[in-house]
Amino acid sequence: MKNFSLMRISIWVYLALFFSYLLGPLVIMSVTAFNSPSFPRAAPWECLTFEWFSALFQDERILNGIKNSVLVGFGTVILSVSMGLAGALMLTQIWPKLRATYYTVIIAPILIPGVVIGISTLVFWDRVSRMLGLGVDSFLSSGLFLTVIGQSTFIASYCMLVLVARLQRYDNALTEAALDLGATHAQTFRKVLLPFMRPAIASAAVLAFLASFENYNTTTFTFGEYPTLTIELAQKVRYGITPAISALAFIIVLLTVFAALFNEASIRRKELVAAARKRATVEELESGKIRLPGFLSSNAAAVVLVVVAIATITVVGTATAYSPAQCIADVKEQKRLETEVRILELRQRRAEEAARRAAEQAEQEPATETAPKPSNNSGFGSVFDPGTLQDGGTEEPEAEPDAPGNNSGFGNVFDPNALQNN
Amino acid sequence: MPRFLRDYFNRNGIGLGSVMLGLVLFWTIGLIILPQLSMLDFSFRPNLPPPEIGGPKDLYTLENYKYLIFGPEGGSQDYNAVDLRVFYRTLIAAVFVTLFNLILCYPIAYYLAQTKGNHIRVLALMLIIPYWINEILRAFALRIIFGESGVLNNVLVGMGVFDTPFDFIRNDIALYAGLGYAYILLMIFPIYNVIESLDRNQIEAARDMGASWPRIHRRVVIPYAKPGISSGCTMVFMLSAGALAAPQILGGPSSLWFTQLIYQQFNDNSDWPQGAAYAVVLLVTCILLVLALMRLFKVNMGDIGK
Repeated sequence: MKNFSLMRISIWVYLALFFSYLLGPLVIMSVTAFNSPSFPRAAPWECLTFEWFSALFQDERILNGIKNSVLVGFGTVILSVSMGLAGALMLTQIWPKLRATYYTVIIAPILIPGVVIGISTLVFWDRVSRMLGLGVDSFLSSGLFLTVIGQSTFIASYCMLVLVARLQRYDNALTEAALDLGATHAQTFRKVLLPFMRPAIASAAVLAFLASFENYNTTTFTFGEYPTLTIELAQKVRYGITPAISALAFIIVLLTVFAALFNEASIRRKELVAAARKRATVEELESGKIRLPGFLSSNAAAVVLVVVAIATITVVGTATAYSPAQCIADVKEQKRLETEVRILELRQRRAEEAARRAAEQAEQEPATETAPKPSNNSGFGSVFDPGTLQDGGTEEPEAEPDAPGNNSGFGNVFDPNALQNN
Repeated sequence: MPRFLRDYFNRNGIGLGSVMLGLVLFWTIGLIILPQLSMLDFSFRPNLPPPEIGGPKDLYTLENYKYLIFGPEGGSQDYNAVDLRVFYRTLIAAVFVTLFNLILCYPIAYYLAQTKGNHIRVLALMLIIPYWINEILRAFALRIIFGESGVLNNVLVGMGVFDTPFDFIRNDIALYAGLGYAYILLMIFPIYNVIESLDRNQIEAARDMGASWPRIHRRVVIPYAKPGISSGCTMVFMLSAGALAAPQILGGPSSLWFTQLIYQQFNDNSDWPQGAAYAVVLLVTCILLVLALMRLFKVNMGDIGK
């Protein structure tokens, strides 16, 4: 029994470590979006600020990137869901001897590195447009077309996997029945197969959009004059990072949490409604006066969703009214005071050292009379005297001139501008 | 018209059948097969300015592959030591990232698959949320943590583990942590899917017979989960060997990833055939490695992606 509880504890410790590796970076990044230093950091905490969000919304390139990402995303969703559906339907009909090869071909793009897909798309369509005698600014070499094509190559495989899973549960007798009853092929497809596939098509579309939105490896070769959000972010992150990126990340994290909670809450809601219907008596069902549970009752996800929504609204509300100017000024003032204290300390130490050195020199003077020294009034002069090396007590002043270099904190203390900058 | 085509159109109708066939052909041939062949062909050509392409100088050559192995002609070294070392290091590091992920994820996948209860749903949700965040932003988050004045250094220096901040980025620790972080989910889900279908009674039976936990895993769970494990490992290996964002953001200034060399050939040197040759080498090596491992562990291609 003791062994069992020990195992339980170790499982929980492992889970805690694992999830802090998984979620910790996101939490810390979100915190940096609200801290005032211009380099993203969570500690030391300085001031609560929302300026990084306004900096984000004023960034032309980010806004343009979002627009391009949405454009590319829609194109990719349409192309890859339709290719994925056709591919999935073909998988059930293809000549059995060819099936394994066909499956390998359409699954391969998942395993091919994104970089390779980007390059091959670029090279191939460049060649096609040259063969057709089109110029450099033709549609075939536009960044939008190339990015949609390149992304769809592998995103269609994801869609195909999602759709095949649902298609396996489809009863072909339904199609045959519809055809027997005189429906055309197009009608059967639209009225029988598509409604059956709708949930899978919806999740394939969401998956395709997300995959397109966050793709970097392929897009980086094909984007041309249509840089997507991911490309813009990568360029920003590579050449200097600011908390404005954390702010964007925080927004995305928040949206994700909302979507996940909403999804979870609606699933739970459906379960509760189904359970209520099961419990209801026949009269209640016939009269339509079935008592359905409220949206929040025994639905933890819904409760959390509402709480998060209220918290968000509160934060946005404070953000419009709140100004961190006072706090930032306070932090500046505090830094200035700290610097002053440091300067004072440094001065004091120097004075003490000078006094001690003077005393030492006074002591040594009579002892070294046989080897007369050049008289030297400067503070460091005696350090360079070979005679002082024999004396262990004077090692300290030797290190002194290095001190400002050792500690960058003191480096520009003596610069009169330093106070204004801090 | 051959019989199978006629059957096909009878079954699907002329209109619908041709749309379906057209889409599938466009995808398989126009997007998958021809571009790869075109890249292969391109990698055997010299780097010429656009007007000379297709001209008399446009002959097949092995120059681009020779460059990877022997370096520039008349160079001081016998081998292209820099690029070859990058290539070798990329493969080795990708293998280590894969192993690290497997060791990290196997217990989690097993726990999630074999435990019942409401908290499992919450844990699964918490697993999926990070995966919805942009790859670049995930790398950025790790950069905040591993930076010289980052959270980790603050904590470690504060605790007195190091006297001065430790440079995680220059030592590539940030890169490995970032690559592992990026593909955790791709390792967990295949393993989870397989273990979930394992009958608990098998484990109970093994325990009743007196097998220890390590033995149960070695003899019952792991053999059963082999398709999931190999599928997860294949995906993580291919993706981390082909990763570009994480090395660009988290890599040290002196260490390169092989994909970064390809990127440089394309964007900085404008030497497309050379870049294509490097891409072919990367693709072929990765596929050969994966196929060899699958043969070794006796797993089929059809198990991948399940």
